Amino acid sequence: MQLFPCPFCGPREESEFHYGGEAGNLRPDGSEVTAERWAGYLHMRDNPKGPTREIWVHLTCGEFFAMSRDSVNHKVSGSTALGEAERGA
Amino acid sequence: MTRQYSALSLFKEGLAGQTGWEKAWRSPDPKPRYDAIIIGGGGHGLATAYYLAKNHGVTNVALLEKGWIGGGNTGRNTTVVRSNYFYPESAAIYGLAHSLYKTLSTDLNYNVMFSARGILTLAHSEAGMETAARSVNAIQVNGIDCELFSVEDVRRVVPIYNFSPDTRYPVYGGTWQPSGGTARHDAVAWGYARAASRLGVDIIQNCEITDFIIENGRCRGVVTSRGAIRAERTGMAVAGHSSVLAAKAGFRLPVNSYALQACVSEPVKPIIDTVVISPDTGVYVSQSDKGELVIGGALDRIPSYGQRGNLPVLEGVIAGMLEMFPIFGQLKMMRQWAGIVDVVPDSSPIIGESPLPGLFLNCGWGTGGFKAIPAGGTLLAHLLATGRHHDISRPFDLDRFARGRLIDEAAGSGIAH
Repeated sequence: MQLFPCPFCGPREESEFHYGGEAGNLRPDGSEVTAERWAGYLHMRDNPKGPTREIWVHLTCGEFFAMSRDSVNHKVSGSTALGEAERGA
Repeated sequence: MTRQYSALSLFKEGLAGQTGWEKAWRSPDPKPRYDAIIIGGGGHGLATAYYLAKNHGVTNVALLEKGWIGGGNTGRNTTVVRSNYFYPESAAIYGLAHSLYKTLSTDLNYNVMFSARGILTLAHSEAGMETAARSVNAIQVNGIDCELFSVEDVRRVVPIYNFSPDTRYPVYGGTWQPSGGTARHDAVAWGYARAASRLGVDIIQNCEITDFIIENGRCRGVVTSRGAIRAERTGMAVAGHSSVLAAKAGFRLPVNSYALQACVSEPVKPIIDTVVISPDTGVYVSQSDKGELVIGGALDRIPSYGQRGNLPVLEGVIAGMLEMFPIFGQLKMMRQWAGIVDVVPDSSPIIGESPLPGLFLNCGWGTGGFKAIPAGGTLLAHLLATGRHHDISRPFDLDRFARGRLIDEAAGSGIAH
């Protein structure tokens, strides 16, 4: 069982977490959004091999956060509470 | 040299000390230019090469594989072949694959050991039986053989199942596709490779794509670890790594890569002669011809390119298997592994020309690519030869994501994929 670091609760077992998507995939704003742009937001992904930054939720405390991870060897290099960039604010 | 496989040639070679067999496929050095390039030496790529040569007469073809053929998902799946899908588009594509599998050994002169042993998908509640009845109706309307099974039917087909009254997931019945079954995965790769090579295709292993040659906005070939290779049309069938190649070509795909695990037990005497899927435990089981129980389950929930898999899912799969078959409690597990699969939002494949003209896609099969190999090959070959969609592949074009015409099989198939 791998341990993931929740920024609020500390290291917890991986089964307590749920993947929420790639960090930086922000919802398009405004009334004139093309179908391609919407499809990009909803479906298209970078899906990187190697270092990646992702949004996760710790199901037991309910907090969303950003985690930096390697998608090949699964090493976690850190996690932080969501900043302004990930919130899209 | 002995080329054709038959009982007679086996007998003759036996008398001659087995010295006359020729290699199953040639291993030539790559030429600088071909009519078409296929990236990926798994089942889909090899089938594409074979059907390009056989159906379209295009034989000046290079198949490029970064490792060894059949070493990716083709050698890592649980060998199930079925076509019991909910939507007509899916029934057409998986039905085509299923029908080609039935005669594949003869077509390829290679025994792929296709065995129509039946597929049983269980229902564990009254609501589950209602869903099963709806599925069976839809599948029958699609022209695919499928029946609704009662508890007695299940008991007749899988007498060793756990029918005890205090079970966590009692059996209410299920759906049964009698013509579904299994095939030997390695043999599918080797059979297509041998048949394609005999028709003139160059199969080039240990040849990794490092970049695409893009001129005037068109794909004109690839740069590889063994030099540049040019062709006017390139196809890619590299499930698990589709996004990695797409990034080199300058576009993104609606694909997330996840690990899908499987494991096998020690070999035992024949005890289960069908494929049993339990959506509620998330586990399915069949027995290989060697006697190993082949056990698969759901995806790991962590995006991954590591071909190992994580422990929580394996633990859940083993627990589910023991719930279904307490009789297997003393079995030793021999091997566990994982393949990296392309997971797409609507759980349907992506086939068609990519955003980079001249580059064609065959990807996004999720956890169900093996069963579709003959169809994936037929359809990508059609695209490479004609530049146009086959009627069966048209609905699976990448444009469906912007158009909103998704083919959502997530609910229609037994195990999430």
